[in-house]
Amino acid sequence: MSILSKTSKTRSFLSKNGHPGRWMIAGLCGVLVSLIFSIGLGAVWIPPSIILDSLTSFTPDLIEHQLIHEVRIPRALTAALVGAALAVAGTLMQGLTRNPLADPSIIGITQGSALFIAIALAFFTNLSYWLLLGWSFMGAALGAILVLLFSVVSKEQLSPVTLTLAGAALSMLFSSLSTGIALYYQVSQDLSFWFAGGLSGAKWIHVYILFPTVIAGLAIAFIMSRSLTTLTMGDDIATGLGHSLHLVRWLSLAAVVLLSGTAVSIAGAIGFIGLVVPHIVRSLVGVDYRYILPLSAILGSFLLVVADIGARMINPPFETPVGAITALIGVPFFLYLARVKGRSM
Amino acid sequence: MEWINAYHQSKKALLIIIFLIFGTFILNLSTGIMPLSLSEIIQTFLGNGTANQELVLYQLRLPRMIIALLIGAGLAVSGAILQGLSRNALADPGILGINAGAGLAVVLFIFVFKQAGTTGVVSPFALPVFAFIGALTVALLIYSLSFKGGVDPGRLLLIGIGFNALCGALLIIIQLKMDPRDFQQATIWLTGSIWGTQWRYVNALLPWIIVLLPFAFFKAKTMNLLQLSDPVPYALGMNVERERRILLLLAAALAGACVAVGGGISFLGLLAPHLARRLTGPNFYSLLPASALIGMLILLFSDFVGKNLLAPADIPVGIVISVIGAPYLIYMLLTKRGNGVKA
Repeated sequence: MSILSKTSKTRSFLSKNGHPGRWMIAGLCGVLVSLIFSIGLGAVWIPPSIILDSLTSFTPDLIEHQLIHEVRIPRALTAALVGAALAVAGTLMQGLTRNPLADPSIIGITQGSALFIAIALAFFTNLSYWLLLGWSFMGAALGAILVLLFSVVSKEQLSPVTLTLAGAALSMLFSSLSTGIALYYQVSQDLSFWFAGGLSGAKWIHVYILFPTVIAGLAIAFIMSRSLTTLTMGDDIATGLGHSLHLVRWLSLAAVVLLSGTAVSIAGAIGFIGLVVPHIVRSLVGVDYRYILPLSAILGSFLLVVADIGARMINPPFETPVGAITALIGVPFFLYLARVKGRSM
Repeated sequence: MEWINAYHQSKKALLIIIFLIFGTFILNLSTGIMPLSLSEIIQTFLGNGTANQELVLYQLRLPRMIIALLIGAGLAVSGAILQGLSRNALADPGILGINAGAGLAVVLFIFVFKQAGTTGVVSPFALPVFAFIGALTVALLIYSLSFKGGVDPGRLLLIGIGFNALCGALLIIIQLKMDPRDFQQATIWLTGSIWGTQWRYVNALLPWIIVLLPFAFFKAKTMNLLQLSDPVPYALGMNVERERRILLLLAAALAGACVAVGGGISFLGLLAPHLARRLTGPNFYSLLPASALIGMLILLFSDFVGKNLLAPADIPVGIVISVIGAPYLIYMLLTKRGNGVKA
């Protein structure tokens, strides 16, 4: 009875509040506009007409066209893809742990990646890009598996407060270990890039790596979106409805590792996108993950592209770390959530 | 009376820890780039040592060990207070952002004065004050933001974690504006490393600890009452919110002063009270002194490990403590000891 009433309540919530299609179209328009601004803004302002020109009739002799093709477009696309990856990873983590505060950067996944990158930088010279990516994956996987172990293995349900604290402690352990390695092997300047998070070095190769990863991650997530929705209603209900919890958890975890591992290896520790986006999306389209997941990807793209524009514009000609900007946006949001929902946790 | 009872109950455990501290202290004094035997140490203290031995012992090792003892006690008691205050066994000045707030204030202070070219102003007596201001600011912000018709312990912790992230982001912005050498130094310092190894740093830190530790011990009864659910201390006529504010200030002041000289050592405030609780139980009369002593022991031992493991390289003591602390934390979580404060 209670299940039925819950579902019908969900439906009415959706039909009243959610026009997922419209939100998605609006979101995509937002991403498009932000991309145009991201390509146009910089040391030199390039008007949209020239951007369009460079796309339709590319002339290698024009410096502006070169700039657009080699610097601005890959950077904008990287920001969009990294934002989507982080947002979807955060959405999946929040659904899996049933913890509204789970974000790859708060519960240790990002720091796990950074630790393994520190290890790779310290012990191997001339590491190829693909190997570095592999190391980053392993680190993200370690962090994600540890956190998920906490919430799955512990027999009584871990409270979100305890899980967040455990994640915070794990993050601190990982980052102090990577600091130690970086200091001892004198790679701390190199590593500081990953801690700060930045997109200034984005090239086409990053786009080529990110594109299939994000698509794959989104595809896995989307296949399981129904199961994820039932999972949020509790283990018993989900099992009762015939969903294999283990399969859902492991596949989602794989998607989280794939997405956040790639994103961190390319753009460094950019936090809070994965925290903020799922909340906004849930308030827009309700509780159905079939809508939450794609809209998260869109909104994540939009936010990170905008944050990256901010990173370039705040203190020119210097770049402000984009991770710092997302933190400055995300922390007040986190505080708000903690304040509003703290008691119910 | 309660003090005497607590002492009698935990006498054996406390004496064993004091004995271990003494042993580690001697071990620490005798190891390093210039090893000294026990008889050489005693001879030097009696005034019969060579000039080199006197220099190493009096000017290098002794002040560092004393600072380690002071910081160990300060951070451990700060952690014990925060755990009692939030009724959560996982609280720690590092996790709550109080260390980061102190670190941010100090790094900002050094950065501003370096820009102005007046490095002489960075005196050891000014640093604890600035760290204290930073720690206090964060503590007050955490408190006021988690206040909503009373302070809910869970909310307090989450807001603290948020501030930790915020301070971390601001620190990165400042650090990236520093030149590489300052960057390296700031990194070491923020990880937690006893860097002020001169007597004047002892003099700067000692008054804080001498004033604040007894005050914390004095508050043991209050803290015992705060462990009960809110109606009980209210019924006993206690102003719960006022006591919480005082205790939060106290924890912030202790952590701030310690961070100024020892950097952002995390996990110590988490570990020491836990081990103390295992030894002496949840009564704050015995828990606070036991935490202080265990904190001293852990920090002395970690300093010994950090100094000798990869000698001549000095591993920052904060890293050693993290490596000890994290497995303990995971063990705690998996045995569900992390859920309640009474574990």
